[in-house]
Amino acid sequence: MISAPDVVAFTREAEYEEEPYSEPALPEEYSVPLFPFASQGANPWSKLSGAKFSRDFILISEFSEQVGPQPLLTIPNDTKVFGTFDLNYFSLRIMSVDYQASFVGHPPGSAYPKLNFVEDSKVVLGDSKEGAFAYVHHLTLYDLEARGFVRPFCMAYISADQHKIMQQFQELSAEFSKASECLKTGNRKAFAGELEKKLKDLDYTRTVLHTETEIQKKANDKGFYSSQAIEKANELASVEKSIIEHQDLLKQIRSYPHRKLKEADLCSGELEHTQGQACPAATTSTLEESVDTDLYSCRPAYTPKLIKAKSTKCFDKKLKTLEELCDTEYFTQTLTQLSHIEHMFRGDLCYLLTSQIDRALLKQQQITNFLFEDFVEVDDRVVEKPEPSLPKPSQDRLLSRSLEDCPIPQVFISVGSSYKSSVESVLIKMEQELGDEYKEAEVTALSSFDPQDNLDYLDMELKGSISSGESIEVLGTEKSAPLLTKSDSQGSLTVPLSPQVVRSKAVSHRTISEDSIEVLSTCPSEALIPDDFKASYPSAINEEEAYADDSEGAIHFQAGVSPQKLDKAKEGSLENLLPQADASCCIGKESHLLQVPLPAAAPSLCDEDSVVSIPPQRYQQKELGFHVDFTAEIVSSSPQDSGSEGLTAYELDPSHLLASRDASKTSLDNYSDTTSYVGSVASTSSDRTACSAPPTSSSDRHRKRAGQNALKFIRQYPFAHPAIYSLLSGRTLVVLGEEEAIVRKLVSALSIFVPNHSRSGKPVKHWVSCPLHITDFQKWKLIGLQRVASPAGTGTLHALSRYSRYTSILDLDNKTLRCPLYRGALVSRLADHRTQIKRGSTYYLHVRSMLTQLCAKAFLYTFCHHLHLPACDQEPEGLLAGRQGSFLRLSLGLVNEDLKVVQYLAELLKLHYTQEIPATGQPTLRFDYVPSFLYKI
Amino acid sequence: MLRWLIGGAREPQGLAEKSPLQTVGEEQTQNPYTELLVLKAHHDIVRFLVRLDAYRFASAGDDGIVVVWNAQTGEKLLELHGHTKKITAITTLPSIEACEEKNQLFLTASADRTVIVWDCNSGRQLQQVSCFQSTVKCLTVLQRLDVWLSGGNDLCVWNRNLDLLCKTSHLSDTGISALIEIPKNCVVAAVGRELIIFRLVAPVEGSLEWEIIEVKRLLEHRDNILSLVNIDDLSFVTGSHVGELIIWDSLDWTMQACERNFWDPSPQLDTQPEIKLCQKPNDTAIHHFTWDEENVFAAVGRGLYVYNLQTKRVIACQKTAHDSSILHVAKLPNRQLVSCSEDGSVRIWELREKQQLAAEPVPTGFFNMWGFGRVNKQACQPVKKQPENAISCALELIGDLIGHSSSVEMFLYFEDHGLVTCSADHLIILWKNGERESGLRSLKLFQKLEENGDLYRPV
Repeated sequence: MISAPDVVAFTREAEYEEEPYSEPALPEEYSVPLFPFASQGANPWSKLSGAKFSRDFILISEFSEQVGPQPLLTIPNDTKVFGTFDLNYFSLRIMSVDYQASFVGHPPGSAYPKLNFVEDSKVVLGDSKEGAFAYVHHLTLYDLEARGFVRPFCMAYISADQHKIMQQFQELSAEFSKASECLKTGNRKAFAGELEKKLKDLDYTRTVLHTETEIQKKANDKGFYSSQAIEKANELASVEKSIIEHQDLLKQIRSYPHRKLKEADLCSGELEHTQGQACPAATTSTLEESVDTDLYSCRPAYTPKLIKAKSTKCFDKKLKTLEELCDTEYFTQTLTQLSHIEHMFRGDLCYLLTSQIDRALLKQQQITNFLFEDFVEVDDRVVEKPEPSLPKPSQDRLLSRSLEDCPIPQVFISVGSSYKSSVESVLIKMEQELGDEYKEAEVTALSSFDPQDNLDYLDMELKGSISSGESIEVLGTEKSAPLLTKSDSQGSLTVPLSPQVVRSKAVSHRTISEDSIEVLSTCPSEALIPDDFKASYPSAINEEEAYADDSEGAIHFQAGVSPQKLDKAKEGSLENLLPQADASCCIGKESHLLQVPLPAAAPSLCDEDSVVSIPPQRYQQKELGFHVDFTAEIVSSSPQDSGSEGLTAYELDPSHLLASRDASKTSLDNYSDTTSYVGSVASTSSDRTACSAPPTSSSDRHRKRAGQNALKFIRQYPFAHPAIYSLLSGRTLVVLGEEEAIVRKLVSALSIFVPNHSRSGKPVKHWVSCPLHITDFQKWKLIGLQRVASPAGTGTLHALSRYSRYTSILDLDNKTLRCPLYRGALVSRLADHRTQIKRGSTYYLHVRSMLTQLCAKAFLYTFCHHLHLPACDQEPEGLLAGRQGSFLRLSLGLVNEDLKVVQYLAELLKLHYTQEIPATGQPTLRFDYVPSFLYKI
Repeated sequence: MLRWLIGGAREPQGLAEKSPLQTVGEEQTQNPYTELLVLKAHHDIVRFLVRLDAYRFASAGDDGIVVVWNAQTGEKLLELHGHTKKITAITTLPSIEACEEKNQLFLTASADRTVIVWDCNSGRQLQQVSCFQSTVKCLTVLQRLDVWLSGGNDLCVWNRNLDLLCKTSHLSDTGISALIEIPKNCVVAAVGRELIIFRLVAPVEGSLEWEIIEVKRLLEHRDNILSLVNIDDLSFVTGSHVGELIIWDSLDWTMQACERNFWDPSPQLDTQPEIKLCQKPNDTAIHHFTWDEENVFAAVGRGLYVYNLQTKRVIACQKTAHDSSILHVAKLPNRQLVSCSEDGSVRIWELREKQQLAAEPVPTGFFNMWGFGRVNKQACQPVKKQPENAISCALELIGDLIGHSSSVEMFLYFEDHGLVTCSADHLIILWKNGERESGLRSLKLFQKLEENGDLYRPV
């Protein structure tokens, strides 16, 4: 019955109509498909082995006027990386596609040579023989001695995965532009210096010639000029001309920044960014350039040389190296930038995309994300530049970007009936789904692997032929994606593909003949939506437009509380009401009715509400592209899948792929999950170093370990829930124990549940041995405390019992917990001791997703005007409290103590939002007069 | 039971075992203070808090520093350095209506034998007097005469410009311990066990000199007078080290009422150990008074007593309100009585009409539900020496504030901002009503949103 995929898909569609609330609650971008051939033992990364190099690298090549295309250097500079890959051949390939008109010389109608400030060209090409795909960034540098004063160079990012290149085109382009800009700035500086030297030489030569002529004139009083004298005069004339020419060149090169800057003003912000970051040494380009101008004029004294009349032939001399062409300083900066790029794009595409989306979404939660996100790390990831001088501009960028990307949320004052109803209906649904969602999250995190492989396999199945490897696909705009991601994922192993998908796949797999070189234009929006693609697609557009719009809507609402649900629910109801309603009309209505706070909705998104036909934005294209990749697989991703069983063998965290040498170690770590807590206690000596490291230096590995230990804690202690509740509600948890290592370990594990006060770091103290004081409870929310057996220890314990109303105390030695009662539902989902999650990083992600949801609730609660301030002047006092309670209970679906968690987070949000200067002083210590209980194992 | 001991640690309420201290348990539904802010600036015991205006207060202590705080935000506004030794007295100098300068001033006296006038807006040290023979222990401002008095071993009268107007002869080596103003241009000074009444003679047409004349000495107390408080224009009250409470008429300086029963060893068999403790003089020392229209609330040793002015009787008492001596009590406008003690805690009480028919008081039992509270039979126990059932009220503990690790010296109440306590642990703690603070924060948040133009108002 389910053998025919299209039939199944159709059935799904019907189900969807009837039951619009049964979708997984997981955001679509996070759904990662399962690998269908896992049971056969196929390695999803086997494709990499086809290439002649082990991992991605960056190649810099030059089209030398003497020897032709030649490779200059690779990053990383390790022969193991590119292995047997033929760099020379590939240099030839990549240099041959530079089609830019970098023409320098005497243009017709101009007396002097003119410098052309050409834009870099960005090209993607593939090579089947080498199994390599490359993003190629061409640039020209100026060299006084070179032909036409220019030297063409290119930087290429070479990868075996074409989809990586295609989908990361924007990012690659942006990053390489930075590197290129850095090179070019250095080059301009060097070129100007070169010109000045040359001018001085010429000036000197002129003086010398002039004196010689004068001498000859004096010596020769016959009244006519000798041939020698004429020659000298000619020489002098040519020197004069040369001086004028060079002065003009110098003027041109100096005028560059100003021209460029004016252009930048006119252009979009994107260009401005690249400009701003172009020269990492300086904070802004204007500063940099003004400094540059100063530098040009005050160079160290230079002794001019006499210039021979006949210039040397270009083949006689050695061409300048790249380092000489640019300033050494700039050259090293460029190298740093390039290795940063190499770092950034290291690893699997799937991992890259996930982390990019992750980051983009995090940025959208401008108001709430300080609560649980590890900011030091987030910044690191974005910046990730080893050189200390570099982070500054990137931070500037971060700042400016966050300022423009994330306007302050629009807050809806009246809890209008339409708004209320939508929120309520949505939240009822949320309740139902929470269990599922949690499983979903788990599965998603487990099944992280290259989706493209899978797609290819599917293709093979469907079309019976493998598309040639070097074809370049345009994946940005496939419209059918949301359709399938929407359909219920509880499916069988057979992959049900709707006919639409098959069709669109066929269309999108434009196969290009062997060795063909695909050149994409430099304009990004055109690059991703070629016209022919649009043209070949018209039949599908009508029926799929709605979904495309819908997916835009989904992105639109990303920032609110479970926005997709809101969206879907709304849409579902609207669809029922107005079946023939136009999609654009739908969206317009939504935006008016819902007005969910949109912290990150850029102005452009607002425009889209009214105008649907706006060409997709960059970010959205990326999103859509991502959808497409997962089109088919999402259908098969269900926790009950038998395929997921076999998957455990491959459940490598994508991040581990980055460094394969870590893999064995980390996997060992992962599987030690099953060992008992006691066992791990015995082996703590090995953990000690990692645990005692400050929490700020937490890497993926650190998180993983934290997640793992948190899992252990949850499994081992039946009273984990009240302990976690204490942390979430801002009641300080004191972990009391004799052994430092154990305490530290548990403290770092539990710190994932501690909300931050500000971005300055977690309020966690890993190890204290002196008696606690009231200020400690104000400052720290999780404290590891040493139990001292000596009489000195009684002071510590006395202080603890004195301040017991501010603390929950977890005694590791006696295995007891003293803390208030918890009867909510939130923590049981957050920390289920029967969870199927086995791996630390998975659990960490699970916790993060749950906490993000919680933050969204807290956000809604905080920014609803009428929940906190009276609707009218004469409002009885009790009404406000009643409204708060009913909102928390009914709209946000919270029970009992969960209210306090959200209220606490709301207080933190308020404090954080109203603080003028972030991180000034500690927030007040909030507490409740509630009885505590003693829990024992 | 559920009472929790950390690994067999010493029972924290060890002291309480000996004397039945009333505890309220962990659930304090009537305790509004659910937020605290620790203010740190001093390096030694903080002894004095003085309210400057609706939102500011100053703190001073043994480190000689005066700090001006914002009571709402807990922000440190000024730190004033000027004294080299500990500060012994602090008072505000109210500005006169006629005076156009609005600067709020205050005076501090220190053990370095100086008095400094500060401007609490700018933090400037306006003037300094350092001609004292002894440490000034108390400062009083007579606003009507626009003079201020300093009490040390002698009593000096100063005007606003810090000119010495007149002074008394040397009174005693122990010095004046307390000083209050009473009607008819008189002041009462407590010197040892004596009360001395002085009259201040302002310059009239005949003479240009100020004069201070000793009018009367009252010798009723049997021990050193520790506290001296004005009740109203007609009477003031004094308390001594051995627990005598005397109410005096302010006009004719006669004794209106006297209560010496706080240390009365009326034998109570069931509380034998407590009686022994109480007989120690320190346990009956009256450290502080507060009052309202009807009652005087006295901090007697570790206990709190309510003395009714009409019936001239103790109408309610709490013999062991704290673990150790109570240092400061105050009646708040919201009918609550707050006491702070050497044991580091602050307790909030409420005076309630006792239901005569109720055989057993219920409230503590309720708090004891989880076994954490301690049922205190003493809680509303009538004083047995008055079998005529005169005690019709009970002091009920409705909450305690635990934060200081050492003796709480004093507290200050701001109606809008909460309670400020200062302690020997060098800290000042701002106790706030969490709910109200939350509302205020929301208000601030929406104000900021509106300022930024991000508040969306549907039409």
